[in-house]
Amino acid sequence: MSTSQEKPVESGVNYLNATYGIRSWLLTLDHKRIGLLYLGSITLMFFVGGMAAVLMRLHLTEPQGALFEPETYNKLFSTHGIIMVFFFLVPSIPATLGNFLIPLMIGARDVAFPKLNLMSWYIFITGAALALYATLSGGVDTGWTFYPPYSSLYSHTQVVAVALGVFVAGFSSILTGLNFIVTIHKMRAPGMTWFRLPLFIWAMYATSLIFVLGTPVIAITLFLLGMERILHVGIFDPSVGGDPLLFQHLFWFYSHPAVYIMILPGMGVVSELITAFSRKKIFGYAFVAFSSLSIAVISFVVWGHHMFVTGQSIYAGLVFSVLSFLVAIPSAVKVFNWTATLYKGSISYEAPMLYALGFIGLFTIGGLTGLFLAALATDVHLNGTYFIVAHFHYVMVGGAVMAYMGGLHFWWPKITGRLYPDLWARIAAAIIFIGFNLTFFPQFVLGYLGMPRRYAIYPAEFQVLNVMSSAGASILGIGYIIPLVYFIWSMRYGPPAGKNPWGAKGLEWTTQSPPLTQNFEEIPIVTEDAYNYASEAAHV
Amino acid sequence: MSELAHGAHPQGFAHQFEDVEQQRDAGRLGMWVFLVTEILFFGGMFASYTIYRALHYESFVTGSHLLKVRFGATNTYVLIGSSLTMALAIRAAQTGKKKGQIIFWLILTMILGAAFIGIKLHYEWFRDYQEGLIPGVQWFYNGPHAPGVKMFMCFYFFMTGLHAIHMVAGLGILTVLVIMTARNKFSPEYYAPLEISGLYWHFVDIVWIFLFALLYLIGGRYPGS
Repeated sequence: MSTSQEKPVESGVNYLNATYGIRSWLLTLDHKRIGLLYLGSITLMFFVGGMAAVLMRLHLTEPQGALFEPETYNKLFSTHGIIMVFFFLVPSIPATLGNFLIPLMIGARDVAFPKLNLMSWYIFITGAALALYATLSGGVDTGWTFYPPYSSLYSHTQVVAVALGVFVAGFSSILTGLNFIVTIHKMRAPGMTWFRLPLFIWAMYATSLIFVLGTPVIAITLFLLGMERILHVGIFDPSVGGDPLLFQHLFWFYSHPAVYIMILPGMGVVSELITAFSRKKIFGYAFVAFSSLSIAVISFVVWGHHMFVTGQSIYAGLVFSVLSFLVAIPSAVKVFNWTATLYKGSISYEAPMLYALGFIGLFTIGGLTGLFLAALATDVHLNGTYFIVAHFHYVMVGGAVMAYMGGLHFWWPKITGRLYPDLWARIAAAIIFIGFNLTFFPQFVLGYLGMPRRYAIYPAEFQVLNVMSSAGASILGIGYIIPLVYFIWSMRYGPPAGKNPWGAKGLEWTTQSPPLTQNFEEIPIVTEDAYNYASEAAHV
Repeated sequence: MSELAHGAHPQGFAHQFEDVEQQRDAGRLGMWVFLVTEILFFGGMFASYTIYRALHYESFVTGSHLLKVRFGATNTYVLIGSSLTMALAIRAAQTGKKKGQIIFWLILTMILGAAFIGIKLHYEWFRDYQEGLIPGVQWFYNGPHAPGVKMFMCFYFFMTGLHAIHMVAGLGILTVLVIMTARNKFSPEYYAPLEISGLYWHFVDIVWIFLFALLYLIGGRYPGS
């Protein structure tokens, strides 16, 4: 590890110990503390959602189902999807690392609206509590997509409570996105021009645009669904001339861009990690920055590819197919530019870098299999099978969660001021990589062979691949528990990290670890581009 | 840049900003971004409305003619009037008028807003209830195009209901503004809360103007037709 030689900071006062007591946390306006509040909440949600996944995989070790009634199984996969998408993945990187890092990276004292920031955490907690309550008091069996008329007329589960939870949590996303957009526009330090911003900031900006433009639509859609369920009349009801497909259009108008809410922040994190651990300037800064924005824009015009087999017009299908292929361009720009950045870099393999490299490989697989699904003809064969499940888990878990873990490992010394044991971190990264691939690669094969998703039972010939997948899931589970243990350990026993343990560039590394409540003693003045590792190499 | 930036900061200055100018810009941009989310929020309903209106045009015209267009029109004038008084309140703060004058315009805005809600509740929704025009609650319409009319009335109540919720929120905001004005929080240098609340209020008015045209005025409806 190439540590810079500064000693740990000694003044002793930082944002963690400036004030004490539960009130000082629950009423804090400090973006860093709010980031940690989110970190705690979404970690809890991650393990709740993960539990549901473990139970599902256990159940699927037997063709006839090992553990549950089919109804219970339906509730498990619905709970897993809803919790993981709306209460873990969507807020994951933006609400934790984004909250913590955006003001530090742009050289500001806080986000533009600190009270709004705290409010958005309380809104999130309210939504999460509703969803958890609904899960415990009967659950929901509609899948995370809530398609009517099943969800509006036939399901006997807690649809309204869960939908209300998602609706409420959506406002937390909206307020977070609003706060970030204004912060990035108005709060940058002197000299921090748009093209000196770290690429993480560009990614967060693009993500915030989707938060702001997409989330209101899912909110209104769930409102309409809830009214329909409560009053038994509504606009998706065919008996009054309504069309259930309209729900799917509105739902995916948000939920496809939401995929990019989950992956764009991960791409931002990886841009930081790749440059820091190959000690090179990013290859093609402007291309990477604008690819984030173009992904955000294109994401709003591809939703129809979720509906190729629902009977939407074939011409609409053609257009959506072509537009969906377009997303591959900015995504590939990023992958190629990261790879070009690695070329002739002096690469080192600390834990965050292992996650970043894992991200690039797994995201590439996830992205390329997405092209199979964007093609009209192959989609007819693959739609509704485990191929889809494997595809989006390669993007969401292999991509978004890997990047989230990499980001946590990278900035943990900044967040807590402590180092975690690097060897354990590398072992955990390897276990997660192996467990992940063992869980989800067999699902590509299962899907290709025709095993449909969302069924509690399956034909006996699929058992070997299902057992492989379940075995992988248990390895993956262990991989996620190890970091939980050593992160908690490091908060008390980890050696002090110092300002800049990785020797990385970026304003967040110029202030003490953990930072002061006001982030910087003096607001910095920025005079150089991001990732200016070349200047350092010249001195060595 | 305001010369106040380097001297004593006026009331309402928040620590995370470098100067008053930055704070004012941030607040304004924040409200505009919020209004964009609101457009998307109502946009989902307007898009659905447009699709179904194209599919069931006759039903929508029939449903539209069941609405109380005179009261809808009255309310349109009431709301446009309230936008004027809101703008006058901001103008009074900007030009450093006495706080009594700002409060006068704010209260007048509130009265007009409350009048809108009162008219809506008493002369429209209550009568709709009596006539059995509320789907899922009280429904005994059995004229032509009954299913489609039910659909239209769903849109009518969802859209005007959401709009009314925004009006109530606006009245809450105005109450806070009146209190802040009474406590001398505003000056010609600092009146950003008035200004950005004004943006919100005007936005809610504009939504109503679209709602009025799209819900009440379809199918060539004019006096004597």
